[in-house]
Amino acid sequence: MSCIEAHGLRKTFGTTVALAGIDLKVEEGRILGLIGPNGAGKSTALSAILGLAPYEGELKVLGRNPWTERDALMRDVCFVADVAVLPRWIRVSQVVDYVAGVHPRFDRAKAEAFLAKTTIKRTSRVRELSKGMVAQLHLALVMAIDAKLLVLDEPTLGLDLLYRKQFYDTLLNDYFDHTRTIVVTTHQVEEIQHILTDLMFIDRGRIVLNCSMDDFEARYTEVMVNPENVAAARVLKPINERQVFNRSIMLFDRVDRAQLAALGEVRTPSIADLFVATMGATQGIAA
Amino acid sequence: MSMSSTVSDAAPRSDAAALPAKQPFLWSVKREFWEHGSIYIAPLAITGLMLFGFVISLFSLTRHNAEIKANMTPDSMQAIMILPYDIAAMSVIIGSVVVGLFYCLSALYSERRERSILFWKSLPVSNLTTVLSKAFMPMVALPLIVAAIVIATHIVMLLLNIVARSMAGLSVSELVGNVPLFQVDVALAYGVITLALWHAPIYAWFILVSGWAKKAPILWAAIPPVALAVVERIAFGTNYVGNLIAYRLGGGIDAAFSEPRYLPMRSLHEHIVKNPAAHPTHHVGKNGIPMFGLEQIDIAGFLSTPGLWAGLIVAAAFLAAAVWMRRTREAI
Repeated sequence: MSCIEAHGLRKTFGTTVALAGIDLKVEEGRILGLIGPNGAGKSTALSAILGLAPYEGELKVLGRNPWTERDALMRDVCFVADVAVLPRWIRVSQVVDYVAGVHPRFDRAKAEAFLAKTTIKRTSRVRELSKGMVAQLHLALVMAIDAKLLVLDEPTLGLDLLYRKQFYDTLLNDYFDHTRTIVVTTHQVEEIQHILTDLMFIDRGRIVLNCSMDDFEARYTEVMVNPENVAAARVLKPINERQVFNRSIMLFDRVDRAQLAALGEVRTPSIADLFVATMGATQGIAA
Repeated sequence: MSMSSTVSDAAPRSDAAALPAKQPFLWSVKREFWEHGSIYIAPLAITGLMLFGFVISLFSLTRHNAEIKANMTPDSMQAIMILPYDIAAMSVIIGSVVVGLFYCLSALYSERRERSILFWKSLPVSNLTTVLSKAFMPMVALPLIVAAIVIATHIVMLLLNIVARSMAGLSVSELVGNVPLFQVDVALAYGVITLALWHAPIYAWFILVSGWAKKAPILWAAIPPVALAVVERIAFGTNYVGNLIAYRLGGGIDAAFSEPRYLPMRSLHEHIVKNPAAHPTHHVGKNGIPMFGLEQIDIAGFLSTPGLWAGLIVAAAFLAAAVWMRRTREAI
């Protein structure tokens, strides 16, 4: 059974199409990065997956219908929206008590152990904590839940570099165990490139790219083209070309790496480069 | 409303039975107390003020007593003795209804405004449990808290009153005879609980609006019923909606109790100066102080009032709609 399976997942707000009938399949044990510009439909897709909003089409998450079985589904799914969703009035000890009181898969000792490594006081209210501490608190709660699917929607928004790095490192080292599945959206693409197993670009409610990171590395090549080879390189139809320090940097899709190596310096592009190349074109932004 | 179709493949994992049993309702109620300390702090604060005023009043106890007694009927006497107890109870009860209404207005609203709804919904607690835990507060928790506070306050008042009278050399038995605290407080506890049931549709309406309004839930809750009443009055010259609202706000006491005995309510000053012995009880009418005791408790009458059941059905419908709102409405 796939962790998430959607067919013709569609959602409209009035005349605005947020999701234009997407097909989606996320297998167990994957870490999927869902990348897209603002308003592309990422949050709408996550809302549907989490049972927060109705939708059209077929959607199964861990074999359940999220819209009709949200509370049962949430025994196996964890969800971190941006850091600002913990209620500001609640005390640290209270939120731990509450989750321990309602969640059958919550391991209190694990959460306590994680919190012990931070400077968060149990008696503090969330509003008294820094953004970074709130993120640590939420992470402590989530990591103590033995979930099958973890959904992260811009989890590190507004955090400084240290907290962002710590967040993903903790997630990868202490949480991910190849049976869990993680779906993450973020604008800080470069920070998650090394942790992803799968990549999906979404734009205007459509999936424009869907591949594993292995495929990504096999398919895309970035070449810093030697000046004398620019014309030859263009013949190979790069999907994107940009100038850095008067050197042409071209991005190729499914072009033989050995052939490209003759034209200049080759490397695997960053997700951000591919994102700009793909989205910049469709958005009419000069890339 | 668009819904996903159901794919009939393998059933969801069936190991839920092996998981430890949890108490989402209990913890959701605790959660409400954590967030809304006003549920018990406000009644306690009101009662503290009342006790303070009462203690001050005890200092003038001896000064007037002889003159009062000389000029008063037994009913006037009792009225003067019991009035502070009634005022304290009524202040706490009315205050708690206000607190309950404001609680309801924020019940499903503040979690959307502060976006914490995304956190609450990430936990395995159903919308029904959440809404019921919120309705539980004004309909069950608050009346029990208020009854307990009022009874405790009355006991403290009576003890202070006994001490003050003893010190002033006044009769204690006269006080105890005129302030039948057991009777009064049983009637009060019954009254507070029946009032909450009577007001259930109002609380449920406020909870529903709090789950629906994008801003200013207090206006959305209050203006439509008032506007409806005004429009009806202008358009048809009738007042059915207005009467319905008034009945719902104030009809609970009439439904829950039989006709009480009324004591004359006159200021202390008047009693002394104008020789009120000329005002016997039967002239008091409904402007006096109602004395509710065990005799006035009319459980059968209350339970056979159609207005009670109609109200509860409406409340259930509002709460069902609130569950739907909790499910579909997103963070503001």
